[in-house]
Amino acid sequence: MMVALAETRAETIAGAEGRGRYRALVLRRLVLIFCLVAALLASIAVDMALGPANYPLSDVLTALFRADTVSDQLRVVIWDIRMPIALMAVTVGASLSVAGAQMQTILANPLASPFTLGISAAASFGAALGLVAGIAIFPVAVHYMVPINAFLMAMVAALFIHFASTMRGVTVETIVLLGIALVFTFNAALSLLEYLASEQALAAVVFWTMGSLTKATWPKVWITGAVLLFAVPLFARHAWALTALRLGDDKAASFGINVRRLRLEAMLTVSLLAAIPVSFVGTIGFVGLVGPHIARMLVGEDQRFFLPASVLCGALLLSVTSVVSKMLIPGAVLPIGVITALVGVPFFFVLIFTNRRRAW
Amino acid sequence: MVSLSLEKVGANYGRRVVLSDVNTGVLRGGGLTAVIGPNAAGKSTLFKRIAGLTSGPGTVHLSDAAKGPQGICYMPQDTGANAVLSVYESVLLSAKQGSGWKVKDAELSEIDRVLSELRISDLAFRGLGELSGGQRQLVSIAQALVRKPEVLLMDEPTSALDLFRQIEVLGFMKRLSAEAGMGVLIALHDLNHALRYCDDTIVISGGSVLASGPTRDVITADMLRSVYRVEARVEACSLGRPVVIVDGSL
Repeated sequence: MMVALAETRAETIAGAEGRGRYRALVLRRLVLIFCLVAALLASIAVDMALGPANYPLSDVLTALFRADTVSDQLRVVIWDIRMPIALMAVTVGASLSVAGAQMQTILANPLASPFTLGISAAASFGAALGLVAGIAIFPVAVHYMVPINAFLMAMVAALFIHFASTMRGVTVETIVLLGIALVFTFNAALSLLEYLASEQALAAVVFWTMGSLTKATWPKVWITGAVLLFAVPLFARHAWALTALRLGDDKAASFGINVRRLRLEAMLTVSLLAAIPVSFVGTIGFVGLVGPHIARMLVGEDQRFFLPASVLCGALLLSVTSVVSKMLIPGAVLPIGVITALVGVPFFFVLIFTNRRRAW
Repeated sequence: MVSLSLEKVGANYGRRVVLSDVNTGVLRGGGLTAVIGPNAAGKSTLFKRIAGLTSGPGTVHLSDAAKGPQGICYMPQDTGANAVLSVYESVLLSAKQGSGWKVKDAELSEIDRVLSELRISDLAFRGLGELSGGQRQLVSIAQALVRKPEVLLMDEPTSALDLFRQIEVLGFMKRLSAEAGMGVLIALHDLNHALRYCDDTIVISGGSVLASGPTRDVITADMLRSVYRVEARVEACSLGRPVVIVDGSL
């Protein structure tokens, strides 16, 4: 009897500790998310201070919050040139990272991302069709032929992946294999176009496939931002259900989740989220794959934390890359797609080797 | 008290008929019902069909269930070892489906209580991927219980547990079903567990029910010979309980 009482008491204490420990865990995650927000804001400010004409951070902040008190030149440089680029880095990084996070979640595969499933390769091929052959897939607004081509091809690839995933007997492993097949197919088609291209067109294609933020404009920022603002609340509404998908389809279904419908909704939203940024800034491969993994290592896979952390990690990764791209060679802005991995990989390695918890 | 019966229930995967013409008497809450049969007999499919996770002909009659069909909870064998979630989070996840983001103290207290009852409070903040198969099975039971089901369909819940844990879990489920008036159907391979803990037993083979009724009447030497193709006896042990003694295969 004494032993039983002692056990009951020990278990009650353990139970109370469970609630307290969970609350502490939530607090720690909120602090981490707050730190990511602070780091992102700092990175955006530094990004806007850097450029051919270096301005002190205090001038940038004054231009941001009291625009009427600074010179016209400073105001134009900050508001019309640098801010669209800085915010494009944020919205594109966030979109690709969230797209990767949800692809990894719904396909139950750590390698899933817009880049590895062929969406970026399809966009590159679409852009090259316009740049090399002058073909407009949707012959309206010829001025925007390249991004429209890229967007349409990216959607074709994403929808192919989506409809393949709804076919009976197709497993998530098959989907990833189909995605890899798409990468090879579009890369081969792109190489063929490059082989046939004139020198000038070839240079344009190569530049596009390297990814660049330099052509960012306010309308592009608004469009990517709007898609992000549409997609994130949609995922947030299904936060518990999306997290449950990670326990397996049977388990999620046993929780009362319509797995097929959830996967369909998520995949369609992810398609849009991945296709829009790629069509505007070209191929940026690393963020969509690694942004979610960094977020996962920091806050786990409860989507209430994983979703905002993915948004912030992707945005921060691309914003810091934008800063570095301006600093490596003074006076020159290197294509962001080229150096994203160079900036992200060391940080990613440190996380992998210092994080002893399971990361997938 | 909740009760359940099946009338001409079947299940199809595409054109393939996996289960057909399953009929049972009235299965009442407050006790355990064993579902036994060889591998691939259709036990998991039957559970999914009862829970409404697969479609098929026939009717599942449910009476006196306050939550209606929502009160039926299927506990699959798969327990999701790849998720980067702690045990505590995975149980919370089960409790919070369909509700808002905010987690109340009462909900956390309920999780604490369930983990404590299953004696796995010490695992609460371990990652799912760090657990053994048996520990994950206990977590799976916690995920099911925290939903407060009226009918619980447990798909081989003891297959990865050591002997002590098997007896502990089945004893616990028997007590719980009696106290809460919960209907519990358990897919089992160990027929001695069925004889010891389950009031009723349903025998499934080749996608249809071969026998159902009180466990002592259903588990017989003839049934073991025809369903499992083994030569076996059902005899009383020194404590007077019936046990299956297997002499060999046919």
